[in-house]
Amino acid sequence: MITLSHYLVLGAILFSISIAGIFLNRKNIIIILMSIELMLLAVNINFVAFSHYLGDLSGQVFVFFILTVAAAEAAIGLAILVVLFRNLKTINVDDIGAMKG
Amino acid sequence: MSFENFSFYLFAAVLIGAALSVIFSRNPVHAALSLVLAFFTAAGIWLMLEAEFLAISLILVYVGAVMVLFLFVVMMLDINLNRMREGYWNYLLPALVVSGIFLTELIILIGGRVAFSKPEKVPAAITSEGNTLQLGRLLYTEYLYAFELAAVILLVAIVAAIALTLRRRKDMKLVSSNEQFSANRESRLKIISMPSEGGRREDPS
Repeated sequence: MITLSHYLVLGAILFSISIAGIFLNRKNIIIILMSIELMLLAVNINFVAFSHYLGDLSGQVFVFFILTVAAAEAAIGLAILVVLFRNLKTINVDDIGAMKG
Repeated sequence: MSFENFSFYLFAAVLIGAALSVIFSRNPVHAALSLVLAFFTAAGIWLMLEAEFLAISLILVYVGAVMVLFLFVVMMLDINLNRMREGYWNYLLPALVVSGIFLTELIILIGGRVAFSKPEKVPAAITSEGNTLQLGRLLYTEYLYAFELAAVILLVAIVAAIALTLRRRKDMKLVSSNEQFSANRESRLKIISMPSEGGRREDPS
């Protein structure tokens, strides 16, 4: 019998894997964006599991909106990446220090 | 082991393996393909949770659109992989510590102590109608305002993505169609009056 905790633990494992991914690939913006997508996927798994086990569809509506916003975020992030590469010929995070942040 | 248990553990194992492959793979193209596998598997898990519409839209939107966009960008950019990978393992310890602490805390919180189990009696509305019909009804009545906001967000994303990447090439030989259509006789032909040079007839011989 699969309970809610199974799905929640799966989401937690996925989320911590993507945290480790952001730490490890801190120079590669593309992999960082992919790790963010994985985080959103983990959150969505939690939402869908809660929606199923509570018998309430509002969780799935929230997943719908998260998918929308994530698609917009990926599109704008990749557009910024393309412009960055066109101007600097690199996407290495170490080389992007113009704003001295 | 029932079929439900078997498929859950299979999907969970494939999902975690694909996620590990995303963060550890050397080539960004391989990472993107592993992410595609992760999304497919997550769609399978959502099907087990009876969220059919979201599972299909996850495949259509993510695998069909977002990941193809990722692959396009990864293949378009010329990335120096060796520079990107240097010092990759330096941050392994902090990564393991942070994510390990995070995971332990979450598992202590939710592992086995959550009292939710599947409700004995599934509400009648869930079983009689399809998931898509219910979701659509909820989306177009109760969440209509949020739905329209999501549409505006998508429009802003389209405009922003195009405006960011648009560039005008200087060497492009384009004729402005507006200029072409508004051309008339006066702008092309100029009649000047000049005195005719009479009296100097050429001698045919």
